[in-house]
Amino acid sequence: MRQRRRTWQTLLATTASLAVAAVALTGCGGTATDAKSAPKAAAASFEGKGPINYVSNRDASGAANKSIEEWNAAHPEEKVTFIELPDSADQQRQQLIQNAQIKSDTFSVLNLDVVWTSEFAANKWILPLPADAIPTDKMIPATVNAATYRDTLVGAPYYTDGALFYFRSDLLKAAGIAAPPKTWDEMKTACKAILALPEAAGMSCYAGQFDKNEALTVNFSEAVASAGGTVVDAEGKPTVNTPEAKAGLNLLVDGFKDGLFPSDAITYLEEQGRRAFQDGKLVFMRNWPFLHASLSATDGSSKVAGKFGITSIPGTDGPGVSTLGGRSLAISPFTANKATALEFVKFFTSEEQAQKRLALSSRAPVYASLFADPAVVAKRPFFPTLLTSLNNAQPRPKVVQYGATTKAIQEEAYAAITGKKDTDTALNDMQAKLTELSAK
Amino acid sequence: MTTTTTAPPAGAQPGTPQTASPASPRKRGHRGNRTPGEGRMAALLLSPTLLVLALVIVYPLLAAVHQSLYRAESGLDADGFVADVESFVGLANYADLFVGETGRRFLNALGNTTFFTLTTVFLETVLGLCLALAMNRAFRGRSFLRASILVPWAVPTAVSGLLWRWIFQSDGIANTLLGSEILWTAEGNASRAAIIIAEVWKTAPFIGLLVLAGMQVIPGEVYEAAKIDGAGWWRQLGSITLPLVKPTLLVAVLFRMLDALRMFDLPFVLIGPGKESVETLSMLAWDESNQLRYGSASAFAIMLFLYVAVVAIVFVKVLGADVTGAKELKLISKKSRTKATRTQKAEATR
Repeated sequence: MRQRRRTWQTLLATTASLAVAAVALTGCGGTATDAKSAPKAAAASFEGKGPINYVSNRDASGAANKSIEEWNAAHPEEKVTFIELPDSADQQRQQLIQNAQIKSDTFSVLNLDVVWTSEFAANKWILPLPADAIPTDKMIPATVNAATYRDTLVGAPYYTDGALFYFRSDLLKAAGIAAPPKTWDEMKTACKAILALPEAAGMSCYAGQFDKNEALTVNFSEAVASAGGTVVDAEGKPTVNTPEAKAGLNLLVDGFKDGLFPSDAITYLEEQGRRAFQDGKLVFMRNWPFLHASLSATDGSSKVAGKFGITSIPGTDGPGVSTLGGRSLAISPFTANKATALEFVKFFTSEEQAQKRLALSSRAPVYASLFADPAVVAKRPFFPTLLTSLNNAQPRPKVVQYGATTKAIQEEAYAAITGKKDTDTALNDMQAKLTELSAK
Repeated sequence: MTTTTTAPPAGAQPGTPQTASPASPRKRGHRGNRTPGEGRMAALLLSPTLLVLALVIVYPLLAAVHQSLYRAESGLDADGFVADVESFVGLANYADLFVGETGRRFLNALGNTTFFTLTTVFLETVLGLCLALAMNRAFRGRSFLRASILVPWAVPTAVSGLLWRWIFQSDGIANTLLGSEILWTAEGNASRAAIIIAEVWKTAPFIGLLVLAGMQVIPGEVYEAAKIDGAGWWRQLGSITLPLVKPTLLVAVLFRMLDALRMFDLPFVLIGPGKESVETLSMLAWDESNQLRYGSASAFAIMLFLYVAVVAIVFVKVLGADVTGAKELKLISKKSRTKATRTQKAEATR
């Protein structure tokens, strides 16, 4: 009996010590969090040197990697590791937010899409940058504006983007059309002539990006702006129940209805559009400049190398209005090595590095002077066109609740172009949703 | 303590009753004879396990319930920073599940989840049974077939989602083979079909292998007897194979149903988030949490949890699926007991 009691005691002791261990573990967790949140208060001082991670979308050209290699060679103690995120912008944002919410120190320097600026800054997921750190006076004003939240620069503009209108110059020539179309009506007329050609058999007129994705918000905003409307006015109030917005959305709806767009364009993102254009299935395409290099590849991968041209996207009365795209680099408040992060951001977004990257990448720099450099223009013949596009560009809605805003836009625009809702219903529903979101 | 003195078996060392007691389980027999001391001992021995279970299951569940009663009233302060104030809203997050836009999405997701569960599990079961029947025959290369049939099950769902996305894209192999121009990855019934095809491809082998295991314990004599009695293949299938394989099949189907009810990765990767025709409850909960609305996300998750729990309970109660193996245990102990008595008798007669 005594022995049994002893066993009992041992068991009790074991359980008790297990419980103590558990409490101790949670205790440890608590202290660890405290230790982590302490430097957050002194965030603006940018202290701490050491290895950091650069989190970014893919750079297929390898130009970003080259910049990083150059940095790593010069700073062996403060190496930068490139962490690649998925291709979809939605998924990139999700990963960045999740890491910010758990205050993970894995992500040090964030490559942010311009539309995320407000959300990340308002939630204190990125640090305000020191006033003199970035040479903003040399940059295209729209790009600086896009990286600014409430008059504070929170990101260093890295590259910028405007829509380009890719067209098949060989087919235009064959159809006897002198200049690329400037309006949707001109494009329709041109298509009629071109698609009648024997060499254009099986081709479609135009495609943008219409899958339910951030890219749809871009294409919708451009259609609305090109028709003279806005998605959100200067005060941040939604304005999608206007006749201009309706005319804009109708361009896309009718494009599908009339067979102007290939029916599978409803599944297109940038990459699918590139494949279709590259394989000679499209006469016109709205896409970003980064495709220019792969489309002009002469190694046989592109069937349209030397056979296409670029211009501004079409509008209703004249050239259309592009959405301002692009990226900026921001620094996470949760990273340990903020001094390194700031130095790296300065280095990476400097004019010198921007110019070096131009050798490999067709991503547009934010320095206006580089667009005028004849040596660069000789290599990137689309730069003058792009600069025009950028000077005319309109931002997507600059709102803190961008995630929900873009979701509402995608939802309703997709319903309209797939014919589930008529244009009026879709736009009224969108207006209602955006009004609710802007009230928050 | 003193009540434990049920005659210790001969030869047991006095003073070591605790080592002796497990040696006489047959005499002690059933639950009713268990002493209070033993019960307490059992509870103690189980306590570390219970502690871990509480930590990894009960706590998150309660935390989710707690979270679902709150709602973040996000607003911007004067400097433009998000000031998240979580306020207690009672059951408002649950009430919202049935009205307005949220209600529409919730019911749509509930419908999709149920639809996918019913269709995929039905098809998987039929296909899995056929696979098992095919594999149960003795033929050359059988073990190779068995191994290769497991491949779809071994591929991570997200990866198989990507593979099927390539197959189903507009200029993909599915459209080429069919000579069609179906937009599998856009909204609509085609996307539902794509999900069902990919899901059945992946999970039918699971049912197939479980059922095969069940088939292989059916003794060959039963079939021989049936043959002598003149039963044909179909009769053998209906009267021998299916009834005897039923317990295994039920467990397999139950597992698959619970799995299918929380389907997430396949529609997410194959068709994409935010597509209404394939949005399941898990995707909805994920999307809400992604929009930083944790309160309603928790409400969605709790509803899904309740749905899964109800399905599991109904399945076990109505169809009598033997999940814990309780029946099997009983059978085994009965067998071993008869075996033991037989050997005892044999020894006695020797």
